[in-house]
Amino acid sequence: MTASVGSVALALAFLAAIAAAVMALAGRNGERRWVDRSRRTVYAMFGLLTLCVVLIEIAFATDDFSLNIVQQHSSIETPSFYKLAAMWSSQEGSLLLWAWVLSIAASAALYATRNRLREVVPYATAVMAGVAAFFTGLMLFAGGVDPFTTLSPAPADGVGLNPLLQHPSMMIHPPMLYSGYVAFTIPFAFAVGALVARRLDAAWIRATRRFALIAWAFLGLGLLLGARWSYSELGWGGYWAWDPVENAALMPWLMGTAFLHSIMVQEKRGILKVWNACLIVAAFSLALLGTFLVRSGVLQSIHAFGDSTVGPYILGLIAVVLIGSAALIVSRLDDLRSEKRIDSLASREAVFLVNNLLLVALCATIFWGTFFPLISELFTGEKASLAAPWFDRYTTPFAIALVLFTGVGPLLAWRRISWAAAKRVFLAPVAVAAAVGVALALLTDAADSPWALALFVFAAFALTGLAQEFWRGASARRSLSGGSMAQALLAVTSRNRRRYGGYIVHAGVAVLLIGVAASSSFQTKRDVTLRPGESAVVDGRTVTYKRPTVSVSNEAIGFGAVLAVDQDGKRVAVLRPSRRFFRPTGAPTETIGSFFDGEATSEVGLKAGPGSDLWVADQPDIAAVRRRARAADRGFRACLEEAPGTPPQCRALSRVMRAAGADPRLRPAALAQLEALQAAAAERVATSYRADGAPATFRVIVNPLVTWIWIGGLIALSGALIAIWPARPARRAPGAATELEALKEAKYREIRDAELDHAAGKLSDEDFALLDAELRREAVEILNSANGNGTAARTHTRQSDPENRI
Amino acid sequence: MDPGRKRKIRLVVALTAAVLLAAALVYTSFSASIEAKQPSQLLVSPSGTSAELTGRVVRRSVRHDGAALRFRVADRNNARASIPVSYSGTVPDPFRGGREIVLTGAVRNGVFVGERDTLITKCPSKFTASNDG
Repeated sequence: MTASVGSVALALAFLAAIAAAVMALAGRNGERRWVDRSRRTVYAMFGLLTLCVVLIEIAFATDDFSLNIVQQHSSIETPSFYKLAAMWSSQEGSLLLWAWVLSIAASAALYATRNRLREVVPYATAVMAGVAAFFTGLMLFAGGVDPFTTLSPAPADGVGLNPLLQHPSMMIHPPMLYSGYVAFTIPFAFAVGALVARRLDAAWIRATRRFALIAWAFLGLGLLLGARWSYSELGWGGYWAWDPVENAALMPWLMGTAFLHSIMVQEKRGILKVWNACLIVAAFSLALLGTFLVRSGVLQSIHAFGDSTVGPYILGLIAVVLIGSAALIVSRLDDLRSEKRIDSLASREAVFLVNNLLLVALCATIFWGTFFPLISELFTGEKASLAAPWFDRYTTPFAIALVLFTGVGPLLAWRRISWAAAKRVFLAPVAVAAAVGVALALLTDAADSPWALALFVFAAFALTGLAQEFWRGASARRSLSGGSMAQALLAVTSRNRRRYGGYIVHAGVAVLLIGVAASSSFQTKRDVTLRPGESAVVDGRTVTYKRPTVSVSNEAIGFGAVLAVDQDGKRVAVLRPSRRFFRPTGAPTETIGSFFDGEATSEVGLKAGPGSDLWVADQPDIAAVRRRARAADRGFRACLEEAPGTPPQCRALSRVMRAAGADPRLRPAALAQLEALQAAAAERVATSYRADGAPATFRVIVNPLVTWIWIGGLIALSGALIAIWPARPARRAPGAATELEALKEAKYREIRDAELDHAAGKLSDEDFALLDAELRREAVEILNSANGNGTAARTHTRQSDPENRI
Repeated sequence: MDPGRKRKIRLVVALTAAVLLAAALVYTSFSASIEAKQPSQLLVSPSGTSAELTGRVVRRSVRHDGAALRFRVADRNNARASIPVSYSGTVPDPFRGGREIVLTGAVRNGVFVGERDTLITKCPSKFTASNDG
């Protein structure tokens, strides 16, 4: 039932995607009817894919093992929380998630632009619908990835979700990454639309900037969650390993970062048009590449890499995207001419350009390293790969330069900065950075790592500069409208969300990189083997192995330790790291020993703090336990064979087993009895670990400032949220977010930006007077074309209504 | 200097810097990289060959020997060609018989000796077609 409804819904979604593309193209010359129909068809596609997702999730929640996807990735014992997340642990479920998220994003984008960009929207719709048709078609026709494949007869139980994936992060980490990948489709589609329609002003950027920012924020959150997951749970002890799949998510994020900066330059100055088109094509292609990598098996990775049928198709799509976009951009080069030039190298746009080059170079470096195995195979015939140290060496200088520009950019005004103004705004940040540098070099051993020291100094510079921006903005606001400093800060931030949201992102990234530099350069890592009662000293902390622990539950047996950590005679933490061995699911167990051969996970003992984290993983020595398990297995066998000397209960058991051998109907009961006995014996064997006094190897890591990675990431995300949040709706004419409205808004914002820059001392009085006059003239032109009434417009801007002041 | 000429010079300088950096990248990556080899290739390699071993851990071959871990690794698609491996250091959670691993090290007298903490185990079958958990 579920399967047939789902299959029909999926097929209809595929047809809807194709129909939407065709209708959109039918409306390319301005036939509104067709454009409206194509938009509604995209909404319908969203409805159909939502139905598919809901059906799959209901099947997971109700243990409907007649569906292959449920049988393979869930089981009756799987906790219900993870049943819902199990959908995207499968190939077909993750493709469905891709298509569904795309339908959400496409619907939202088309709703937001329903009265705008008439020439561009039809082509953009066709691109989005085309990508949706690709992914739904993949599920239907590629073979082996149809989420509604059924099993007949339906098995009684499923294989279960891999224990390694049973972590709260599994619920949100993959959907966040997918949402990030998918959301890049929207700006890409509108860029293609703008190129085809030759509408190459900043209109498509204004319409999709928010989607690019959302894609960037989701991808960033996905990366952060992944880093946190691997740090706290997987027992790898690190938050980043330069694994190909991590790189695959980082590369579109870097391209997205570059894109978000350079579109601002195009919006304000009408330059970098070709560059922006190339960046969004690259970001989207890299997002597709990330989707492809996990499914292709071409590179070695910690993450799962299975050869699957869909890889070549995705590669084909990437090729189409790259070739098509390149041809389109080249054929439109004449329309992509810059409207203006960069006036001065000491301007914000020049710094944005430098930061763009750095980000693209960093991305290219990571790309080279990630795909080096394929490159080297091409030239030498051998797959050779590059390890983390190579990546560290090449990415560190980029990261440091980027932190510096994170601080320099916000301090400069658009167009140019005068020498006097530069002295004013750079004085405090440079002074603080110098003081921090000297203090760190003299008082700590930060100088042991020059790269880290440089990063700390630049981060201090950036953070001081940003604080100064907030301070000056709030002061300017306060002198205008009074109130307390806090009120002024709040008001100026909420009125200039993009500007101050962006500054908060910069501060977050600077804090995050401080955490990365400190924890990677000044980490203390030691492996110590201790017996209960013994202790070891790691970086001034005494770690004492108090006692071993055993935990037995229905699904896993855990061997752990209670560790007391003392520093300067004081107890600072009690940690309980352990290693859990999961009972094999599915097939009945043959032996007790196999209980300890199951999937194992590390439960890390972590004491996090603002200064440093103490991280401990436990590698228990269970050799003695295994010996006893083997002995117990021998006992069981002897018992079943009724060997001489076995206790009398054995006779009863072997009688039951013999009866089961003769009569298949008795088998389940007999097997259950045997399994229960084995489980009880396994538990007895496991608990004997407590009395063993066996040694355990502990990996102890003291990670300075690592907490600031998470804090910095959260600061950056909150900044992105501020920048994404729409302006107060009251300011907009109801229902009519037309292109001219948007253009007017943008010009007003530019005027406010100039006022803020002037108030913050970045623009000298003469520069400001010139710029302000020019911007107001442009605003008047926009208003004139809006209502055809020059006089009214002129008075309107000249009064420069207080609503529009900083 | 006229602005057109100035722009041209800037462009040439920027491109030269980019080309030099790219050349450095290419050069160092070839020297810093390490070849990936399967057990069947390593079995015929002389002692001292260093490589990145990739393959599948032979089931029931994993033995703890003090701090060291001993096991055999076979080719991914050919279970018969297998090489003994000795390794000490952190063992990733998913490690066990039947799993695919990547390990950096060198051949010493017929045994592949892994470098400390370089063992990578692939997450099991998230997207694989075959289920060999």
